Order: sequence, then C-alpha cells, then structure tokens
Amino acid sequence: MTDIAVPTRFERPSALSFLGYAAGIMIFLWALNGAGFSMEKALSSPPRFADFAARAFPPNLAPDVLERLGWKMVETLQIAFAGAATGIVLSLPMALLAARGLIFGPVVNTVTRTGLGFIRAVPDIAWALVFVVAVGLGPFAGTLAIMIDTIGFCGRFFADDMEAVDKGPSEGLTATGARKLDIAACATLPASAPAFVSTALFALEKAVRSSTILGLVGAGGIGIELKVGFDLFDYPTAMTVILMIAVVVILIEALSTWVRQKIIGEQR
Amino acid sequence: MCARCIPTRATRSSTISSVTDLRTTEPAPTLAPERAGAPCEPVLNPLQDHDISARALGKSFGKTQIFSEVSFRLARGEAVALVGANGTGKSTLLRCLLGLIPMDHGTVELLGQDISQLSTQELRRMRASTGLVAQKHNLVPRLSVLSNVIHGLLGQFSGPRYWSQSFAPQDAREAAMAALDKVGLAHLALRRADRLSGGQSQRVAIARALVSRPRLLIADEPCASLDPSAGEDIMAMFFELVRREGMTVIFTSHHLEHALTYGDRVLGLAGGRLELDATAASLSASDLRGLYD
Repeated sequence: MTDIAVPTRFERPSALSFLGYAAGIMIFLWALNGAGFSMEKALSSPPRFADFAARAFPPNLAPDVLERLGWKMVETLQIAFAGAATGIVLSLPMALLAARGLIFGPVVNTVTRTGLGFIRAVPDIAWALVFVVAVGLGPFAGTLAIMIDTIGFCGRFFADDMEAVDKGPSEGLTATGARKLDIAACATLPASAPAFVSTALFALEKAVRSSTILGLVGAGGIGIELKVGFDLFDYPTAMTVILMIAVVVILIEALSTWVRQKIIGEQR
Repeated sequence: MCARCIPTRATRSSTISSVTDLRTTEPAPTLAPERAGAPCEPVLNPLQDHDISARALGKSFGKTQIFSEVSFRLARGEAVALVGANGTGKSTLLRCLLGLIPMDHGTVELLGQDISQLSTQELRRMRASTGLVAQKHNLVPRLSVLSNVIHGLLGQFSGPRYWSQSFAPQDAREAAMAALDKVGLAHLALRRADRLSGGQSQRVAIARALVSRPRLLIADEPCASLDPSAGEDIMAMFFELVRREGMTVIFTSHHLEHALTYGDRVLGLAGGRLELDATAASLSASDLRGLYD
C-alpha cells in the first residue's frame, strides 16, 4: 500500500467564515430579544394550555353546529378554488412578462418581478382587509385576496420555471427564424408544464390554508366562526373549527400530492 | 393506419376523418406564403455563389480565447465537415454563423448578407432559410412528433395555428407528413417525442430541419449521441436528403470517416486556429488525426 495522507475530518473555517458564523449567532440572539422571548412565560404556558384544552374538549359536535360549520367550510373551499384558479390563469401572462430572456427585455422583466415581489410582500390577510374596504364584507373580498396572492406566488415561480427549462428546443426553433412568442409557446411552455402543475397545486394548498383565516377580517369563510368562538369563550365550538380546518387542509394536501403524482408521473 | 396518412387532429380519436396519400403529392408541398402568413423569404442575390463567407472570426469566453482569425467560405450546395478536438470551439463557431452566439471579431455573410448589419427582425427572416440539427435532438418532449415537425415551419409562418398539429393548416400538416415520410417515421406522427428512441428522435429533428426546405443546414455532431450503427444510418439518410434537395451543409463530427465520406471539403480547428481547409478527396484519416494531437 502506498503511503497516503489521510485528510482531516473537518476543515478549519477561514477567518471570514468564522466571522459569518459569529454574526449569525449574534443576529439570532438579537432577534430572540426583540421577539420578547421569555423562558419564564414559556415554562408557565403548559398549565394555561391545559386549562384551555380542558375547556375546549370535547369539541362541540351538535348537529346544527356541524351543519352550520360544514356550509362555512364549503364556502371556504369555494373561495380557495375560485381565487386560486383565477390567480393561476392570470399568472401565466405575468410570468411571460417576468421571465428573463424569453420574450421581453430586462426592463419589462424587472418591473414585473418588482410588482410580483410587492404582491408577495403584502400578507394575504392584509390583501383581504384591502378588498373588504374595496368590495365590502363577504366571500368575494376573500376570493380577490386569494387571487392576488396566487398571482404573486405563481407569477414568480412560473417565470422561474420557464427560465430553468432546457434551452435546446428553443435554440432549435431560433435557428429556423421563429419569433419569440412562438418559441415560448412551442418550446418553453410545454417543457415547463410539469413544473407549472406542481406550482399550481402548491398554490391551491396555500389558498385553502389562507382561506380558512380570511374570515377573521370579514372576508368570508370559516375563519369568522373561529373568531366568534374565541370572542364568546365558546372554546368547544372553536375547537371543532380548528379540527375541521386541520382535517380539510390535510385532505387537500393528500389530494394534491396524489394529483401531482398522477399528472406528472404519467406524463414523465 | 397507413404509414403515410395524415393523422387526425384530435389525438385521442382513432377515426381518420381525412386521408391523403402523400405519394401523390411528391415532391413535398411547398407552402404558399399568402395563404398561411407573411412572406419571410430573404432577398437573395442571384449572382452570389457563397452561402457563408466568414472572415477573421474570433470568440472568447471571459479571458479564454476559443478561436481567432477563422476565415472560410461555403459554396452553394457544398457539404463541409468541421473537425477538431473537444474544446476547439466547433459548436461555438457553428452558432456564431447563425448569430445565435455573438462574435467578438470578424464578419459573417450569411446568404449574402452581413449578419452584424441586420436588425433582429431581418436576422430572424434570414434564419427562415436555415436549419440546425443539434447533437441532442432538441425536440419538445411533451408534444407529438407531428407538432415538433410543424414547428420547423415557424420561421416562415407565425401564430397559434402552427403551435400544434391539431390546429395547423392542412398544407402545413401535409408538408410535415411528407418530411416525416422522408425520414421513414410517418407512422409515428402522433407519438409523443419523449417516447422515441435516440435514432428516431434524431430522424424527427432532421425532418423538422428539412420541412421548411432551408438553403443552409448546420448540423452539430448529428450522430454523437447514437450507437455506431444508428449513427451510420442517420448520416447516410441525412446526406442523401440534403444532396437531393441541393442544400448547403456544414457539419461537425468526431468520426473522421464521416468527415471524409460526406464532406466535399474539410475544415480543421486546432489550437484556436483554422489549421486545415482542403477537399475531402485530397485527405486521408491520418491527415485529420494530426488535428487531435
């Protein structure tokens, strides 16, 4: 056997790396301080949580309550599906504007990406407040909030998906003199389709989760029942709402995973 | 289904609503520009006898110079092989000729026009008379073979009708089927491109490049990803077709026999320079091996 040097198990960090790690730890401690983190409060919370649990269990399963909450959940899902589907469709033209090197130049790409970034930066609950003011209380405000939130999410990720596809087919069409829109439609969009399906299903899951709390600000859905339950100290009913939301969200996520596998798996 | 029949537009239907025997339409139908879109034929100088004139081309990536002072010309109808070791810039040079990659130095006259003087739109129109067959076939995997071939017409005809075979005008579908028939794959017109073998994919890529009847074809190692037998078949078929159509071809290959068999002339890149420009008849494989030392 030749005489070979066994390398060290761990490389000694450079001075710059060491400073980076130290800065990271300092920022974390600074953030904990600013966030009011208190070990005392954290340790005293279990008894209070147990008290809440004792008052919330068993959940309120009265037929009239279940029927009322069931219809509210249906409305919640309607808000989520309508808002997400509209948002996904409207995201496509936004993504075509935002994708770099596809159809439009860097100015249009940057302006669109900045706009999409702004949409994402504003939380969905804030959009719901804005639309409650604009169109009044009710599920339509929630639908618009979900729609705009989906545009911010899908517009950006659809654009990223299109930028990431194999450039070979596009080059082949460019060499024949095809226009940019034709190249996008014939080469880039079909190649991006599996990623679009995956992103769109994530958007739908996100929309279902969001739509369950938009009712807190009067934008429709089951969220209002949660707020009323807590406001009136009707913890059993609030617990029913929480469990109902959890079950529906888990089911939607499972359904989404199944559909994603079915569509992308079959189409390779 | 008859191998030469135009398939139905709706892929799920097995009923053939219109059947046309393309044997009666030979040679492949040409598309009338006034019927399907704006005319995109480049203005050609009838006295011009060179499809490509490259003068003192140079290209660098960052500080790495790929090649410099590369000059050559391609006569109309000529087949020229470009050989050289890996990394000598063969693929880059081919892409520079079409303006797909900008050059750092030199000029390229493509079909009689200096491509650096052309606007984006003029360059695009110029490319309607060119085609590229790449090492990786570059088909759109999720679309049908027929749609992929119809996309070869996008340089001449633009718009949503040409995006899918389902909506394409009948003459475009007939032209695409004729091109597929030439490469022996008309019976696979509705198969998804990602369900083809490597050889079949490259045949479809050739059909896509030929469907618009380009004057100039650029082939970048068209059989590099195929096994030797399939590679031989593809090269023989490709050159039989382009010779029949009288197209000008520049192609790269690491198979020296291919360069000598199918090229009228051989260009050799080595050390960033064009070290060889000679007729294939005057060369032997051992002459070319020197380029790889």
